[in-house]
Amino acid sequence: MEYLVGIQGPDFVLVAADNVAASSILQMKHDQDKMFKLSEKILLLCVGEAGDTAQFAEYIQKNLQLYKMRNGYELSPSAAANFTRKNLADYLRSRTPYHVNLLLAGYDETDGPGLYYMDYLSSLSKAPFAAHGYGAFLTLSILDQHYKPDLTREEAVDLLKKCIEELRKRFILNLPSFTVRLIDKEGIHDLEKLSSGAK
Amino acid sequence: MALEDICGFQDTPLHRKCFPASHFEDTATSFDCYSAEFRGLKKSGRDSGIPLQFFLPSLPNSAPFNHRSTSPFSPSKHSVTVRRPFPLSHGTTTLGFIFQGGVIAAADTRASAGGLVACPAVHKITPIHSHLVVTSSGSGADCMLWERILTREIRLYQLRHRRCLSICGTAKLLSFMLHPFKGTDVCVALTLCGWDKEAGNTDSSFITDNSSSAGFSSQDVSAMAYPSSPNRGPKLIYVCSDGARLQGDVFSVGSGSPYAYGVLDGRLRWNLSKEEAVSLAREAVFRATHRDAYSGNNVDLFHITAQGWSRRKREELKEEYYRDMERRTKTVGERKRETVLDALG
Repeated sequence: MEYLVGIQGPDFVLVAADNVAASSILQMKHDQDKMFKLSEKILLLCVGEAGDTAQFAEYIQKNLQLYKMRNGYELSPSAAANFTRKNLADYLRSRTPYHVNLLLAGYDETDGPGLYYMDYLSSLSKAPFAAHGYGAFLTLSILDQHYKPDLTREEAVDLLKKCIEELRKRFILNLPSFTVRLIDKEGIHDLEKLSSGAK
Repeated sequence: MALEDICGFQDTPLHRKCFPASHFEDTATSFDCYSAEFRGLKKSGRDSGIPLQFFLPSLPNSAPFNHRSTSPFSPSKHSVTVRRPFPLSHGTTTLGFIFQGGVIAAADTRASAGGLVACPAVHKITPIHSHLVVTSSGSGADCMLWERILTREIRLYQLRHRRCLSICGTAKLLSFMLHPFKGTDVCVALTLCGWDKEAGNTDSSFITDNSSSAGFSSQDVSAMAYPSSPNRGPKLIYVCSDGARLQGDVFSVGSGSPYAYGVLDGRLRWNLSKEEAVSLAREAVFRATHRDAYSGNNVDLFHITAQGWSRRKREELKEEYYRDMERRTKTVGERKRETVLDALG
C-alpha cells in the first residue's frame, strides 16, 4: 500500500515517499510525512505496520541525537544504517519484532552520498536506487532501464516522475501525492510535492 | 486512582505478594525517560514501566485456573488470553473535526456484543480535562479502562508539573502506554479532541514532536486551506492500540466511519458556523447509524473551544429519521405539485 523510492546520484540522493496514512479501506490522512530526519544529512524513510513505524524510527532518531550530544559529532550514514540494522536484527528474534521496511539516505563528507535499503528481516544493502512497497514491483524495471550513475538532479527528478506516472497508470491503489526530498553536501532540501494527477 | 498513587497506597496483602519491590519509584519516574524505560520493558518483558496495579482476587485454590496467567497482567504476545464469550466487533460511529469555531466531537451511543445491542445508551465521548475530550471505539471495557488511566496520568502530570500537558503530548503518552499491549487483544481506538491553551513547549523535547513529522514543520495540503497547526489552538489526534498516532483535521472511527466520511467529505469546510458544524456532525452520525447495524440509538455531541468543552443534549436518532422522512415526502410532494402546475400552464 505504501511506497518509498530512493535514487542516488554522484553527489546527491533523491528520495520520495507517498503521503497516505491508511487504516483498512480508509485513507485516514492525505499528508502523512514518512521521512524522519536522523541528522543534518541523513533521512530515514519508514513504512510498515501501523505503530511500529513511528515507534522504531523515533527510537533510532533519538538514539542518533543522543550520540551527537554525547560525542559532539554525528554518525555517518553508513554507521547509522548499520546501527539501525543491528537494532532491527536484535528485535527480530525477540517476542516483539518490528515489522518495518526502511530506506536510509544520507550524505557523508568523505564517502559522498549513500542510499541504504533495509527490510523487516533486517537485511542491509547499499544500492544506487531502491524502492519499497507494491509500487516497487512496477517501478524497479523503470529504474533499471533509465538509471545512470552520473545522472543530474533534473534527470533524477524526471526518473522519479516516470515512476510515479507508472504508479498512477497501473497501481490499483490511489496514491495522490508524494513528498520529495534531496540530500546533498548542503543538507536536506524539500522539493515540490509531486502529485499523481488523479485526485 | 491519582490520589491513590500520590499517597502511595499500596499496602494490601495481595499487592505485597504481587509487587515485592516498591512500585512508588516506578510510578514517579516511569514517564520521565520514555525510551529507556520502554526499551527495558521490551527486553525484559516486565511491566515495570506501567504504573498500573491490577489486583487479582485472591483465590483459595488456583488449580482450576491454571490456564490463566498468574501474573497480574503480562502484555507479551505469548501471554495466555482468556477466550472471549462472544466475538468482538468495533461497532460504533465516532467522528471529530476541526473548523473555525473549534472542535466538534460526535458519536453514537450503541454498545453491541455480536448481534445483540448490549446497551443503547453508552457514553462514547468522555471528558479528560476541561479542554480535552476523547471519543472511543473498539472494546468498551478496554476503552473505559484506558480513558481512566489517561485521565489519571494527565492529572498526575498536572499536579507534578503545575501545567497542563499538551494534546500532542497526551497522545504520545497514551500511544507509549498502549505500545506494550500491541499484538494482544487490547482493542482501543481513541480520538483526542481538544484545545491547547498554552503556546509553545518549554518542557523537554520528547513531548513536543508532531505525530506525523519529526523535525519538519507540518505541511498542510488539504484543499480547505487550513492554517498550519500552531502549538495553541484546536487539535485532533487519533491514537489506536495498533500503535498508530495521527494528527489531522477530520477523523471518523468505527464500523460506521466510511458512511460518516461520505457525508463529512462532501460538506466539511473551515468556515462553517457552529450550528452548521453541529448539524453536519449530527447528520454524519445519523447516516452512519442508518446504514451500519452496529451503530445507532442516540447521538452525543461535544463542542470544544478555547473556553473548554460544552455538551449538547443527547438526541434520539429516531427523531432525526422521522424528520428526514418528512422532509423527503415534503420535497416529493412539492415536486409533484410543481410538475402539475407546469403541466396546467
